[in-house]
Amino acid sequence: MSDGHDHHDGHDHHNAPLSEPAQRVKALEQLLVEKGLVNPQALDELIDTYERSVGPRNGARVVARAWTDPEYRKRLFDNAAQAIEELGFPPGPQGEHMMVVENTPRVHNLVVCTLCSCYPWSVLGLPPVWYKSTAYRASAVNDPRGLLKGFGVDLGDKEVRVWDSSSEMRYLVMPERPAGTESLSEEELADLVTRDSMIGTGLPKSPAQRARASRAAK
Amino acid sequence: MNGVHDLGGMHGFGPVIREPNEPVFHSEWEKRMFAMTLTAMGRRVCNVDEFRRAIERMPPAGYLATSYYEKWLYAVESLLVEKGVATREEIASGHAAAPVSAKATGSLDAGGGRVESFDNSAVKLRFNKSFKPGFRVGDRVVARNLNPEHHTRLPRYARGKRGVIRYDQGVFVFPDTHAHGQGTKPQHVYTVAFEARELWGADHDQRAQVYVDCWEAYLERARIAAKPAVKSAAKTAGKAVSKTKTSPAKFAAKGHAAKPAAKSTSRSRAAVKKGRKR
Repeated sequence: MSDGHDHHDGHDHHNAPLSEPAQRVKALEQLLVEKGLVNPQALDELIDTYERSVGPRNGARVVARAWTDPEYRKRLFDNAAQAIEELGFPPGPQGEHMMVVENTPRVHNLVVCTLCSCYPWSVLGLPPVWYKSTAYRASAVNDPRGLLKGFGVDLGDKEVRVWDSSSEMRYLVMPERPAGTESLSEEELADLVTRDSMIGTGLPKSPAQRARASRAAK
Repeated sequence: MNGVHDLGGMHGFGPVIREPNEPVFHSEWEKRMFAMTLTAMGRRVCNVDEFRRAIERMPPAGYLATSYYEKWLYAVESLLVEKGVATREEIASGHAAAPVSAKATGSLDAGGGRVESFDNSAVKLRFNKSFKPGFRVGDRVVARNLNPEHHTRLPRYARGKRGVIRYDQGVFVFPDTHAHGQGTKPQHVYTVAFEARELWGADHDQRAQVYVDCWEAYLERARIAAKPAVKSAAKTAGKAVSKTKTSPAKFAAKGHAAKPAAKSTSRSRAAVKKGRKR
């Protein structure tokens, strides 16, 4: 576990048994293996799942399908977890109790968890560091409009609705479908749906932004 | 618990800082910590409410100074000791002095790579059984002014504030007891809409609301009209206020009473949109 992080981590640890976290985690794994509570291979597989298979692309596909298929959209609003599973994404941890909230020309939705860091893993993967930060958790409920400006989203006087994930319900924002996308396929539409647009801290890409991004990638 | 984890509305944490490339994990130990917590703890050692409580028990300065997965590490170490799965000495040495007792963890199974979580653990968090709801969509409620020392999921900023029930999310385990081995006490969870001005004061954003999920025990009926007519709520609210001393006129006057109740408890977005005063 010599990842370098353990040597220059400048945190101030005041709590009881404090060596560096990397050493403690290493000892903990060894102990739990000896106790028969942990199977190292199972850990590898789980880590791989969250690094490779579960991420915001899942959510983007859900949104793109809902944009293009009114029947699916209806199912998604009736029972989100089930409709998400239809696309091959099992509910898994932090995805069993889902609700999709829709942005409209008049209402913008934003998701936060002020008490910890609840986040819809099954559709967005694990949360980014900023989502878990004290700054985000403190300000999202108190000054959402100002917070969104920091993310480059100017709501004007649009109504803003902040969802504080205080229960086991997990919220996914369905952004508005960008203008000028009538001719795009579901797959192309999914490319427009950013992770932040599904948290509410961003908007989907426009077709022009998508084209620029794909040219840059080449 | 009025802990430092309850951050909503606090000032002074600065702007939100975003990393340039946002890796899923930042080091090897974060990966191991994440996976151990999901597998070992979730199925065998604790439930998700106990886990959250264990994080909240961190001394405040430590809570603010540590990273996300360091908090998990702290919680896991303390829960292993608390539950009698390991001793402090074993945790420090990384070696088992004694096998884990079946009593401490229930029946063991190696896991075989299945993704399991707290939510899939022995206790289901949502119940299919139908419990009679105490409130209906459209009801005006007040979040109780509760300040328990134990774990709770009612954020401080909502306590004592008035809101409207927007959704009934079904019946869930009650974290306040579930975090302390005091049973599941299943009850309805409601999504309650609070106006930003109700939460933060009259000079606040007039076009912002915060939706908070509240267990039934967190709520009481707002004492305005006993049963205001759905369509004329805005008109009657004024009269209702004059009848009761406990309802500040401000509440009725600033739009809280102006929202007709949605007709059903379904999650119909259309009903909510129509019901919202612009």
